[in-house]
Amino acid sequence: MSELDLSVNLCGVRLPNPTVLASGILGLTHKVMVRVAKSGAGAVTTKSISRAPRDGYHSPVVLQWNGGLINAVGLSNPGVEVMIEEIRAAKEKLAPLGVPIIASIFADTIYDFGAIARYVSDARPDLIEVNISCPNIDDEYSRMFAGDPYVSAQVTHRVKRSTDLPVLVKLSPNVTDIVKIALAVEEAGADGITAVNSLGPGLILDVESCRPVLAHGTGGISGPALRPIAVRCVRDICRAVKIPVLAVGGVTTGRDVVEMLLVGATAVGIGSAVALRGSEVFATVCRELETYMTNHGYENLDAFRGRATAIAF
Amino acid sequence: MTINFPRPARIRQITQESRLVRTFVLDTAMPGAEPGQFVMLWLPGVDEKPMSVAVPAPLTLTVTRIGPFSTALHQAREGTQVGVRGPYGHGFTLEPDRPALLVAGGCGVPPIYFLACRAVERGVSVTVALGAQRAGDMVYDDRFRDLGVELLLATDDGSLGHQGYVTDLAAQRARQFPQPPTIYACGPEPMLAALLRLCQQQGWAGQFSVERYIKCGFGICGQCALDGLLVCQDGPVLTVEQLARAQDFGRFSRSATGRRMPIR
Ligand SMILES: Cc1cc2nc3c(=O)[nH]c(=O)nc-3n(C[C@H](O)[C@H](O)[C@@H](O)COP(=O)(O)OP(=O)(O)OC[C@H]3O[C@@H](n4cnc5c(N)ncnc54)[C@H](O)[C@@H]3O)c2cc1C
Ligand SMILES: Cc1cc2nc3c(=O)[nH]c(=O)nc-3n(C[C@H](O)[C@H](O)[C@H](O)COP(=O)(O)O)c2cc1C
Ligand code: FES
Repeated sequence: MSELDLSVNLCGVRLPNPTVLASGILGLTHKVMVRVAKSGAGAVTTKSISRAPRDGYHSPVVLQWNGGLINAVGLSNPGVEVMIEEIRAAKEKLAPLGVPIIASIFADTIYDFGAIARYVSDARPDLIEVNISCPNIDDEYSRMFAGDPYVSAQVTHRVKRSTDLPVLVKLSPNVTDIVKIALAVEEAGADGITAVNSLGPGLILDVESCRPVLAHGTGGISGPALRPIAVRCVRDICRAVKIPVLAVGGVTTGRDVVEMLLVGATAVGIGSAVALRGSEVFATVCRELETYMTNHGYENLDAFRGRATAIAF
Repeated sequence: MTINFPRPARIRQITQESRLVRTFVLDTAMPGAEPGQFVMLWLPGVDEKPMSVAVPAPLTLTVTRIGPFSTALHQAREGTQVGVRGPYGHGFTLEPDRPALLVAGGCGVPPIYFLACRAVERGVSVTVALGAQRAGDMVYDDRFRDLGVELLLATDDGSLGHQGYVTDLAAQRARQFPQPPTIYACGPEPMLAALLRLCQQQGWAGQFSVERYIKCGFGICGQCALDGLLVCQDGPVLTVEQLARAQDFGRFSRSATGRRMPIR
């Protein structure tokens, strides 16, 4: 198997394999992120970082249903001052492993996105991911940035001006025309696109108490139920833009990674599947990917990336 | 539905154990639960918190009133609807070939009671040491007596049993054992840290149930991190070897934001 090359180049950053720990899953503390890297992830993403600490919502914040997960965590995080120390500590251990770290940031104003990007850049993560697409905070901030191409572009522009690191902008599937938003952030200087964030929000009730099961009420849908939507979004985006796409949404097996690569993804994020297959999911998925490559005689990912986009459908 | 979704249940019976402690018997069971495992107990419209299984069938939880959730639960009546999911985490592993010394302090009693029941079922003889601030705070002592296990009691003010720390009482007793014991413990972290030092000095084995802030309970959110360990999955019961390597143990916990906070 060793002659297979799984490495990818994401915005000039080398990943030993295409699997990336998605934001919000286990990415709060450096030792846990290092553990995920050691268990096979090609890159790790931090929980989205805000300027001030956030407790998040009351529990339950995330539950499992037969289509995947539903979550409304409320973007809890200890704030940028604490998180840059976690990033520094993580980077020290991750660099020798050759596993990059992506710092996910979010803010409630365009201006603050720039401020946090600048702050986080001090810790020298390998990439910055700009979360403009959390489905659970729009009622708090009265809008979701990723719903509007103009606002998305402004955020992108502001972040790009505030850092020398490569910037991924994370988009939402909850829009009428995701291609329009993708083109707007590319035009505004994004180095790459992460697609997609969780879907929805959705609602699941406890039919005995007649109340939503999540304390927040509604929550973002992720996992297998999201995957076909994510694949369609990634395909549409990859057809339209030239910058690399980090595909996220429901990826659970090596076959699902192949599917994302076939529609043109550069790398593939994995979140909810950690609940189904444990943190070993990264290594397991890579082995499954290798089996596919061996069966097809592919030696590297470029050999089949984007193959499906050439076929008109 | 999977285990990671609250299953509706009702409170069938409530017992006042002490001024701040009540036991809730639910009309459901966790037949597969192991001693040391926990459930997520949901009060619709309020919050959801981790609670150790005291008895798996019918599911019995013993809750200390310390904040908003536990206060709301104490206000619940028989018939109140709750939700439970689990069981979660890695529990105690009874080592039948070594003397077993079970130590509980404060609200650490429920999982220790479950473990004592399991030991008695398996014919493993155990010694239980319970600690409380004063006589009125001691809970479950009657239940341990009914089990027929050797029971040692300690209170800070000497109003019941030995005056002083339960850890000292436990250490004294353990030195009399013919072979090195395994210490199984649950309680406040300073107590567990003292027991860890004791185990390290004496070369005793130990399994301790530790607490960290739990949100998901199934290894997704990362909130419960103790160094590189996830308390909801690798724990809550961790061995002295695991705890000796965890630099934050006994020193730092984490808040709901994930910020490291000094313990005590
Ligand atoms: C594995 C495990 C088993 C537990 N078993 C029991 C039990 O059997 N009986 C019992 O009374 N208590 C138990 N607890 C503790 C219990 O979950 C909390 O103390 C909870 O009741 C506090 O909620 P509150 O709103 O009443 O208090 P708060 O004012 O919110 O908190 C009081 C204290 O509890 C801690 N706490 C709050 N929320 C959580 C949380 N989600 N996870 C962990 N700690 C928290 C806080 O850090 C604080 O120190 C257990 C905790 C864990 C981690
Ligand atoms: C519990 C949970 C928390 C999440 N938190 C974040 C977050 O903080 N920032 C973010 O950009 N995305 C967050 N997400 C979205 C994921 O990063 C990912 O985009 C989404 O879950 C789809 O991928 P999946 O199906 O592999 O989980 C979260 C998802 C879950 C399930
Ligand atoms: S509580 Fe979420 S990972 Fe342990």
